[in-house]
This record gives sequence, C-alpha cells and structure tokens, in this order.
Amino acid sequence: MWLTSKIKQVLMVMKPGVVTLNYPFEKRPVPENFRGMPYWDHEKCIGCGGCANHCPARTILVRDLCQEIRLMVYDASRCTYCGRCADVCPEKAITMTKQFETATGDKQDLTESMELFMLTCQRCGRCYDMENKNMIDRMDLLGFRYDNIEARSLIRKTTDHFNVEMLKKTADYKRPEKLGE
Amino acid sequence: MFTNLSKKIFGKSLWLYHCNTGACNGCDIEILNVLTPYYDVERFGMKLVASPRHADVMLLSGAVTRPTLPLVKKAYDALPNPKLVFGIGSCATGGGCWFDSYNVTGGATGVVPVNYYIPGCPPRPEAIIYGVALALGLVEKNVAPIELKQMEFPIDAYERNKAWEERNVIYKMLDN
Repeated sequence: MWLTSKIKQVLMVMKPGVVTLNYPFEKRPVPENFRGMPYWDHEKCIGCGGCANHCPARTILVRDLCQEIRLMVYDASRCTYCGRCADVCPEKAITMTKQFETATGDKQDLTESMELFMLTCQRCGRCYDMENKNMIDRMDLLGFRYDNIEARSLIRKTTDHFNVEMLKKTADYKRPEKLGE
Repeated sequence: MFTNLSKKIFGKSLWLYHCNTGACNGCDIEILNVLTPYYDVERFGMKLVASPRHADVMLLSGAVTRPTLPLVKKAYDALPNPKLVFGIGSCATGGGCWFDSYNVTGGATGVVPVNYYIPGCPPRPEAIIYGVALALGLVEKNVAPIELKQMEFPIDAYERNKAWEERNVIYKMLDN
C-alpha cells in the first residue's frame, strides 16, 4: 500500500518537472507596476519638497545650504517603497525604478543626495525655483507688482529701454532637457 | 573583508537562525518563501535551524522593540563564532516608519553588529537570495551612493543683472 502511494507521488512530481528558479545566475523579469528604488531626476526637480512632506517614513530631508542651493537627501534604509513621493511630485521628477537588488554591507550605499539651484523670494527670504512656469514669474509677466528691481532687472513692461530680444530670450528660456529624451 | 571571511570559513553551507524582533510577519513570510521549491535556497546548502547554537547566520527581521531587545542580545551571544547577521526588511535596516518611536530602538544597527542589509518592505524573495549570494561572493554589489547636482549655473539671472546695470548707468566717469 505504501509503495503504491510512493509511486503515485513520484509520478505526480514527474509531471511538472524542475520548477526551481536558478536565481542569481538567471534573472526573472519583475512584475509590472513593481516599485523598487525611487530615482530622482535633478533636471526636472523644482525643489518644492512635496515628497518630503508626504513621505510616511520621513526618509527625504530638505535642507537649504545657503540662499541659492537647496540640498535634498534621500535615505533608502527605512524607505517602505510606497511610491507616495512619485505620486505627489508635480513635475514627475521621481520615478520608481524596478531595481530591488539593493542588498549591501554598508548603509551609506543606500543614500541619494541632490543639489538644486534656487532663487530667493524677496518677501519671505526662502528659496524658490526660477522658471517661467512659476506662478510668481507668470504674475510678473502680466505686470503685477515687483519688489526688487535688481533681482528682476528685465521687467516685462514698456519702458524707454525695452529690449524685445532680451524679453524673447528669457520668455522662451527652457532648461536643458535630459539626454535621450 | 567579510566576503573573504565567509568564503574561507563557511563556504560550504550556512545554517540560518531566523529571529523575529517585532516584525509584522511580512519579512518572515518572504524568508519562508525563499525555502519553497520555487526559490530553493537549499541549493546553496542553507537550512533553517531552530536553535541559535546550531546556526552560522542570524536573520533579523523587524525593528528591535524594547521587550525583545534583551532576547535579541541573548540570541546573538548564543551564536557560535564566526557569525554573520543579516538585517532583513526596512525595519531591521533603518527602523522603518517608526524609527523614532518611543518603544523601538531604531533598527538592528544599534543592538547587534549587522553585516548585510537587505532593504525592502518586504524585500522580494529574490532580493533575500541576492543578499545571501552577496555574502557568499557569487554576485557583485549593485548599489552605490548617488550624488546629483544641477550643473547648470543660473546664468540668465546673472545676465539679466548685468544687462540692467549696463542699461541704467546713473553715474558715468567723465573723460578729461
């Protein structure tokens, strides 16, 4: 009786064959919508700090080094890979990559830091990004009030010294796009 | 240094002792998943043992909570030398979401010397095998600290200021 059951078992096992994945040597593609290590695109980032506000594990640190440079530090060691930062990013600067092979002997390997150039708000003294997409710049373009003439020397307003070319240059100013896009 | 050591001393097989230090069981289930026929970690001669005295490697999962802290230390001391400690999951590596909570010591780093970190919440079974293979020296390390910098200097602001200065000359040096 026990012999027949053993033979049955052997036959059952013969049917699927070898199922074991030969993992570190042969890799299997990860499933779709898999969230691995997040990647920051420093060309797109405007330094708003929304990701730092929404991070449940508080892994993203925003620190202003000086008036012009903002430093953002990400520490993956306690990241839960929830993807909230990628969801809230207004510029889509954060993408969740499919990298999960992040085992390491040193915790320092899991950090990402980013330096951003910022402008200073003349009213509150804090950093903000300079770009024409910026709401403050757009208001300036429409002729709203301005606080510091020197910082925004080219005021879009009809004056004696109005330079159309200069206006065009700065109005169409675009950040250099990332290679391969 | 640890890779060389582990190659020399226990190149043949590792016996694992699994220690839950207040994890939510996500990482524990992934560790069990590693032992299933699909990700058969016994290919490397690894085996889950019940007692820390039989083990070479301790798998820590979970942020070390205050009640488990003395027990973790005892279990670590019970392991015979040489020993390796793997921190599995975000909680063991850095403390997880509750790294600064009052009843959590903030990850395994402050309690026992951790040799390898496997982040993830929970890490994939493949990621755990990757960490083990890294300890055995089968694969290379895949991560490094990333530093990004906006190389573009805000030139247009500088040019704007310069243009303004040129256009609005109030005092001018007169030639004799």
